[in-house]
Amino acid sequence: MDIIIPIKQVPETSNVKMDKETGTMIREGVVSVINPLDLYAIETGIQLKEKFGGKVTVCTMGPQSAAKALKEAIAMGCDEGILISDRKFAGADTWATSYTISEAIKQLGSYDLIITGERATDGDTGQVGPGIAAWLGLPLATYVSKISDVTQESIIVERLVEDGYQILQMPLPALLTVVKEVSNPRLPTLRGKKKARAYEIQVMNAADLQLNEACIGLKGSPTRVIKIGYPKVTRSGKIVKASGDTGLNDAVDALLQFLEEKELI
Amino acid sequence: MSHVWTIAEQSKGKLRAVSFELLSRGRKLADKMGTKLCAVLLGANVSDESLQELIYRGADEVYFVDDHRLENFVVETYSNVLSDLIRQYKPHTILAAATSSGRTLMPHVAIQVTTGLTADCTELDIEEETNHLLQTRPAIGGNIMATIKTPNHSPQMATVRPKSSRPLALERTRQGKITRLALKEELLDPRVQVIGYREDTEEFANIEEAEVVVAGGKGMKKAENFTLLRELASHFNGVLGASRDAVDRGWLPYPHQVGLSGKTISPKLYICAGVSGSIQHLAGIKTSEYIVAINQDPDANIFRLADFGIVGNLFEVIPLINAKLAARKQKEGE
Repeated sequence: MDIIIPIKQVPETSNVKMDKETGTMIREGVVSVINPLDLYAIETGIQLKEKFGGKVTVCTMGPQSAAKALKEAIAMGCDEGILISDRKFAGADTWATSYTISEAIKQLGSYDLIITGERATDGDTGQVGPGIAAWLGLPLATYVSKISDVTQESIIVERLVEDGYQILQMPLPALLTVVKEVSNPRLPTLRGKKKARAYEIQVMNAADLQLNEACIGLKGSPTRVIKIGYPKVTRSGKIVKASGDTGLNDAVDALLQFLEEKELI
Repeated sequence: MSHVWTIAEQSKGKLRAVSFELLSRGRKLADKMGTKLCAVLLGANVSDESLQELIYRGADEVYFVDDHRLENFVVETYSNVLSDLIRQYKPHTILAAATSSGRTLMPHVAIQVTTGLTADCTELDIEEETNHLLQTRPAIGGNIMATIKTPNHSPQMATVRPKSSRPLALERTRQGKITRLALKEELLDPRVQVIGYREDTEEFANIEEAEVVVAGGKGMKKAENFTLLRELASHFNGVLGASRDAVDRGWLPYPHQVGLSGKTISPKLYICAGVSGSIQHLAGIKTSEYIVAINQDPDANIFRLADFGIVGNLFEVIPLINAKLAARKQKEGE
């Protein structure tokens, strides 16, 4: 079973700082990691390979430095890493990104499954996975929490929906976006790290992919960010201490009064 | 002037509440441009009364694509049908819900009809000179608010989180037109089959569409202690949530997880106990209307985001809240 896993390198969430003057992210000193939600896709891919054979190819669109994310995935057990990188890709929104990645996937030959994380923790849209499926005309299952059965031609998955799990059967090749429940990501092994260090990442640029230039980067993106604002994160709420019997009673009464004022009870 | 559309959702023939929430958002935009608001619904076995309710709650027109093969959401066919309607009617703006189906359908449609899409908008407005849809959304874990527009493509499309707006009041005098459309055979994609359905084993876990979510974290100490929160939630007809710590310890299943690797929610009231408030957790609850936190540690991060906080032992505080709410209910009953 040959599997392709598009991933994204993101700033580690707990470290994100913004430059209040320019409205951009301060990149210096911020550690970049594989999007945490992509780890579930990587683990799922490796498990399927271990069970059915084949290979796992991980790919990412990003700057040269994103090669590090691919090496981390190889250290976990992926076989190949493809970096889709070109200055012309800069500023791409989810539409242009899913176009570019789907064109790169077309170059990779045949495959049985594409697996992505549900969304990336920085952009937080969850649109690229479904977008790739639409570009490639593949059957799509989002929010996959369990792979129940795999045969030569088809796959049965459970997807997490609002009030339970929908069970889908679909032919291969197909695209799945997975949630945390699907797997428990492994750590890289020493052997894997060695292999990753020696591995030479393959790079694909705009010319290699013969892309329609009107569909890539900022120029090819239908959406434009026109303003960035900083929401007030803290709320100056009322904080009471529930210490001692009267303190406890008064605190709970104050809470009930708050709930009443806000018409919540 | 082309119209504003909202994508209504149904489950087993019943309209989901988010369908009405979208109409209140869409009504404002349509009024600002002086155009019509249309609700689009795909499904089967939806009653005339339900369709009429879309009119009573703000729609001028309803397009209902009615076919038993549309009973369950399957993205390929739904996307074909919606894309076909878009090509035919050329709407100005489409709003859909940021639900498991809306967040799957809309990015698929965006590729099919070549237009932009903005996920999880919290504010929507119309730019006056251009009539462009201004779509504001949180990004980077809620640390920034980005305003986005789609200047050169049509329609302009956005998804909106459930519970982030209130439905309009039922207005039974409102008039509108309901059009039933047949499913065109060539739009049916038979590749993906829905072969079953499994309900969540824990109680109803739909934390994204709940008015009230009561969540527990590491401070709950063990699964059995969630009984306290279940009782608290029952006073509000709320549902149970959990922090990542609590889910990783197996105290509640994953569908209940709130935060970056779980669900982002916007309930009217979020109550949490024994949750310290990691950045990842706070990112999932920032758009809640009211946040109440109970934690032993006065320096816990969660208090920075709380509208009301109690510093204390949750095993003393919650039973007392439960007792007082029960007494209050009894008094009201008398």
